[in-house]
Amino acid sequence: MGVLAEAVETKMISVYIMGKKYEVPETLTIMKAMEYAGYQFIRGCGCRGGVCGACSTVYRKEGDYKIYSGLACQTVVEPGMHLTQLPFFPALRAIYEYDRIEATAEAIHQLYPELFRCVACNACTKICPMDVEVLDYVSALKRGDIAAAAEISFDCIQCGLCSSRCFGEIPQYHIAQLARRLWGGKIKPASPHLTAMVEDIDAGKYDDMLAKLLSMDAEQLKTAYTEREMEPAMADETWKPSNTDGLLE
Amino acid sequence: MITDIKLSYYPGCTLKTKARNLEEAALGALTALGIEYQELERWNCCGAVFSLADDDLIHHLAPVRNLIRAAQQGSDTIVTLCSQCYNVLSRANQLVREDETKRKTLNDFMTEEPDYNGEVEVTHLLQLLRDRVGWETLRSKVKRPLDGLKVATFYGCTLIRPESVAINGPSPEIFEEFLRALGAEPVPFSAAQECCGSYQSVANPDAASDRAAKVLRSVQASGADALVLSCPLCEYNLGTRQGEILERIEDAVPIPSFYFTQLLAVALGLEPELCHLELNGEAALKLLKAREYIAAAPA
Repeated sequence: MGVLAEAVETKMISVYIMGKKYEVPETLTIMKAMEYAGYQFIRGCGCRGGVCGACSTVYRKEGDYKIYSGLACQTVVEPGMHLTQLPFFPALRAIYEYDRIEATAEAIHQLYPELFRCVACNACTKICPMDVEVLDYVSALKRGDIAAAAEISFDCIQCGLCSSRCFGEIPQYHIAQLARRLWGGKIKPASPHLTAMVEDIDAGKYDDMLAKLLSMDAEQLKTAYTEREMEPAMADETWKPSNTDGLLE
Repeated sequence: MITDIKLSYYPGCTLKTKARNLEEAALGALTALGIEYQELERWNCCGAVFSLADDDLIHHLAPVRNLIRAAQQGSDTIVTLCSQCYNVLSRANQLVREDETKRKTLNDFMTEEPDYNGEVEVTHLLQLLRDRVGWETLRSKVKRPLDGLKVATFYGCTLIRPESVAINGPSPEIFEEFLRALGAEPVPFSAAQECCGSYQSVANPDAASDRAAKVLRSVQASGADALVLSCPLCEYNLGTRQGEILERIEDAVPIPSFYFTQLLAVALGLEPELCHLELNGEAALKLLKAREYIAAAPA
């Protein structure tokens, strides 16, 4: 036992991993608890910061029939939890040429006719670890409302749990991604700021700044980082840094 | 103004895509008639077909969930335009009201929703016009009577079957009464309550065409100028596919087909653009212009 372990007394709890009982520290996340028990994750573990969605997982609790879901890197273990890790759930993504498809309901329906197998059971919404109203965007897609589907599915992390539970075997998250691509690229007006920014980059506006950064040694980089000017937490949209060289005109 | 009803409007998927001509004309007319409504903020497909298998409850979730949405929105009535949506929603509502065991099973399955016990009334727009507006009032609001227009009113199946949800229950001629209020002249035809071919047009188009040809032959024999209907699937079989179906009929001439809401909007003198007549085929627009129900030159 190291010094730290003696100083902090950690309570151990029992969890079941693929049916087998393990004692793990109660403070761990599902992912850490499984690693503590000896499992090693090569895929299905992603960013470990609650962003990427690679570690979406399902679990059950003692004495409760319900299926729960969450990100294994964010969900803290509870006594009696039944765990496993789903590295992946297969769902097919339709192949299309983005430049050639139109942003219409028909285009989506042609690529994903299985959309119409939805029976509105809502299992997709219930399992979503990001609380996306999956049924609502599936319904929007059936009636061709691409804007609504893009908006409702915005928090999707593409984990595929919706598809794993789907009565109609629909790859919801792939269809939502298509909707967001069509919405962002073909329906919403193009952003003039983005075009101007890309032109600035192409014209070499940032080349010198980047070269300067690249020439710094580790100490200089640390200093530049710690002394950087940060936007105040309560700043409004008119706030600008003191040096505006990097901003758009 | 009718403000004492808490009315939700349930559109249905097809009305947002291929049947915009059914929806936009209706919404314009509701506003012109002073009927306040609120489109459902959240809704899913009605289920499309009411499942008849006794133990197949999963397919009732879709319609019941929509009724829950209406209740959540504080509505006591939901109005639909599409015959198919009307049929599925009203039959599901009936099932919830009458079958306690199934109601409990459905509610227990949808743990994420409030319980639903049939609190919402499902109504078709024709019923709403009859019961909440009245034919006399409607007649008084008509600005461009459809004088001399002989129309064949096509009920098809889902507006009137089964009897327990039939919109023509207490008034067998509800569709005809509606058209008379607009100034048109309904003409009887033998196939008014036949099947249009329905979903057979997908898997067995030949059989669907036979059914549709029977209907169109009957319309033609009646001497009607136009066919009026309430269902996007009927419109697909009798309107969109009419060209190929008429090939089966000797001496056939095209029969303009309209959604009832389009004739309503035209008679109320609303902007013709609301009717999206471009979705009906050329004959429809030509007829309305020739009879001067709408201005001859497009706006």
